[in-house]
Amino acid sequence: MHGWIGKLLRVDLTSGKIAVEALDPALARQYIGARGLGTKLMYDEVDPRVDPLSPENKIMFVSGPLTGTFAPAAGRYNVVTKGPLTGTIAASNSGGNWGPELKFAGYDLVIVEGKAASPVYLWIQDDKVEIRDARHLWGQQVPETTEALYAETAADAKVACIGPAGENLSMIAAIMNDMHRAAGRTGVGAVMGSKNLKAIVVRGTGAVTVADKAAFVDAVSRISKMLKNSPGTGYSLRIYGTDANINPMNAVGGLPTANFQESHFPTADKVSGETLAATLLQRTKSCFSCVISCGRVTKVTNPKYKSEGEGPEYETAWCFGPDCAVDDLDAVTKANYLCNEMGLDTISMGSTVACAMEMFQRGIITLKDTEGLRLEFGNAEAMVEAVRLTGLGQGFGKKLQLGSWRLASLYGHPELSMTAKKQEMAAYEPRAAQGIGLEYATSNRGGCHVRGFTVGVEVLSRGATMDKNATEGKAALLVGVQNGTAALDATGACLLSSGGMGPAQYAELMTTATGVPYDVAGYLKTGERIWNLERLWNLKAGLTAADDTLPPRMLNEPIPNGPSKGAVNRLQEMLPEYYSLRGWGPDGVPTPEKLSELALNA
Amino acid sequence: MSMMLMIHPDKCTGCHNCELGCSMEHGSDFRPKASRIHVYTWEREGFSVPMMCQQCNDAPCTTVCMPKALTRNRATGQVDLDAAKCMGCKMCVQACPFGNASWDALTSSILKCDTCNGDPACVRICPSQALAWVEDTVSAQVRKRAFATKLKNAFLEA
Repeated sequence: MHGWIGKLLRVDLTSGKIAVEALDPALARQYIGARGLGTKLMYDEVDPRVDPLSPENKIMFVSGPLTGTFAPAAGRYNVVTKGPLTGTIAASNSGGNWGPELKFAGYDLVIVEGKAASPVYLWIQDDKVEIRDARHLWGQQVPETTEALYAETAADAKVACIGPAGENLSMIAAIMNDMHRAAGRTGVGAVMGSKNLKAIVVRGTGAVTVADKAAFVDAVSRISKMLKNSPGTGYSLRIYGTDANINPMNAVGGLPTANFQESHFPTADKVSGETLAATLLQRTKSCFSCVISCGRVTKVTNPKYKSEGEGPEYETAWCFGPDCAVDDLDAVTKANYLCNEMGLDTISMGSTVACAMEMFQRGIITLKDTEGLRLEFGNAEAMVEAVRLTGLGQGFGKKLQLGSWRLASLYGHPELSMTAKKQEMAAYEPRAAQGIGLEYATSNRGGCHVRGFTVGVEVLSRGATMDKNATEGKAALLVGVQNGTAALDATGACLLSSGGMGPAQYAELMTTATGVPYDVAGYLKTGERIWNLERLWNLKAGLTAADDTLPPRMLNEPIPNGPSKGAVNRLQEMLPEYYSLRGWGPDGVPTPEKLSELALNA
Repeated sequence: MSMMLMIHPDKCTGCHNCELGCSMEHGSDFRPKASRIHVYTWEREGFSVPMMCQQCNDAPCTTVCMPKALTRNRATGQVDLDAAKCMGCKMCVQACPFGNASWDALTSSILKCDTCNGDPACVRICPSQALAWVEDTVSAQVRKRAFATKLKNAFLEA
């Protein structure tokens, strides 16, 4: 096979059995890789009703066929499992260098099953694979774990690990690779923790091949130029990072503020990408094969938060900033570092602190509940301390680590959790841009902006051609974007690359790399197949159409002030059309005709 | 005047595209371990440094190469490797003080930068201008000018 390696590694932590299996080429062709292939394998192998933190759940680390090649920004892998935060299928992707290294070691994916009796890590060196004792690493934070593993395996090994949050089975725990990159969402870190799996360390000396070298090299050369010549991928993301979104989102009243009570934060510029570039930014950093370089290497010299690391990205700057009504970039950046060190998802962490702040504001929780933590909106020090306590699972952090939905439910107020399917929504106010509300409500992994990012068309891009306040056409827009993104994720590409290239380019890269002919229609159809399979999984897991919704505040409480004053999300104007365009019944279940069209009627 | 490969670690973002371009140029696959250029990243500091053969004027590898597979090319200013003459003794790997010659067990060959015959693939692919193919005598002038600019500004502001 080309593009794909053609092999997978299966590790049963209960028995200690390690097996290498052939990858079914038909499956690879139909589901591409990463998010798609992982979902198909989960669908075939794991009962969707399984307890996500039980040994019966599996966790898969899946690369795409473009991973390891020099296709621009295509070095990603997906963690596919049942997510403990949402109870949905979880596909959480990450860049860095780990995914490509897995392929150079000779595997498209690793499937981890069962549960080890005591903490272990997996050490993959080409065809030599060992389960090693990790008791000495348990409790260690991500940088210490990573460096200890470099020392005891190989200096050029790549490490994906959990921090204390994953060990403590925090519902918002991330898996961190290459120290700073996160497979963040849906609580995948807790699944590793539940299996007593501290890390997967990999080092590979092999190759990734492509089917048509000359055509692939030519395609990459042309497409890289497209990315260089596009204002976002060629300039803004490198200079300002994703945090460049703060000011434009705030300008339209689309920046959720104080746990989505408002949507405009007057001092937002203090945490913007422009301010970051002018103050804390040391240099930019790339993931493997990337030409965009949005990574932020930063340093905080303020003695209160003195530290160095990577970040923040836009969503992180938002959730610890405006969403907590904090405008101290030093504190926001410190909170980001703590998440990376503890292995926490920044979006869910920040939004959970914001939720706790609103409960504190309303007197639902008091200093007694928070054990003295003064969780007032705008209290930067308390926000940072809340993150630290969550990472360590101490004090009020024991409750914060549940995520906002379970936290707010504990105190009888789930409506104050800004989540969809129990996962925290991202930094785009769904009352100010109708399409992104429909995305949060229908995303197969709960509140998430990167399954169907409509905000480019609704607000951010130069070609922002659709009225953000309109509901007309948003269902069709979203279905197209969701299908395209599912296919893109499956290739191993980074979503940010889609700012400068489209389905025609991904299809060309896939065709020349794998030798399997993908035209645009076939590529997008694959995305639709992946989307529907994820939906089928979720339905089998017990979710229903009733879960395709938003927090009541988004639907019933008009934005009180700012440029989007008066807006609510009109989900009910879009959802029936969305189901219909998807070929689903009014109950949100794919029709037999649709399943047959997608070759999913097994 | 001949050409040389100039490294600017301050501009390197650690994307490894140079390794991929190099391995594809010299083979027909993506195999960074068998690249002639390697990028080292310090994750804690977020800093990366590319390394490749410096084409030494008085090269230790040529001194120890018994079959004279490695020789100094006066015309190009480079150290040429004649793979047909190489006996695989790996003395060059031992001798290079920078670690810039290595042995690939898979292909039984010495890996050393050959500048792609004067058109380095790594330079072509680098998206960050961290690698430059420049005239050797003036190779450092970009850096010198950058510091001169600081000095200029200091005087102008004074």
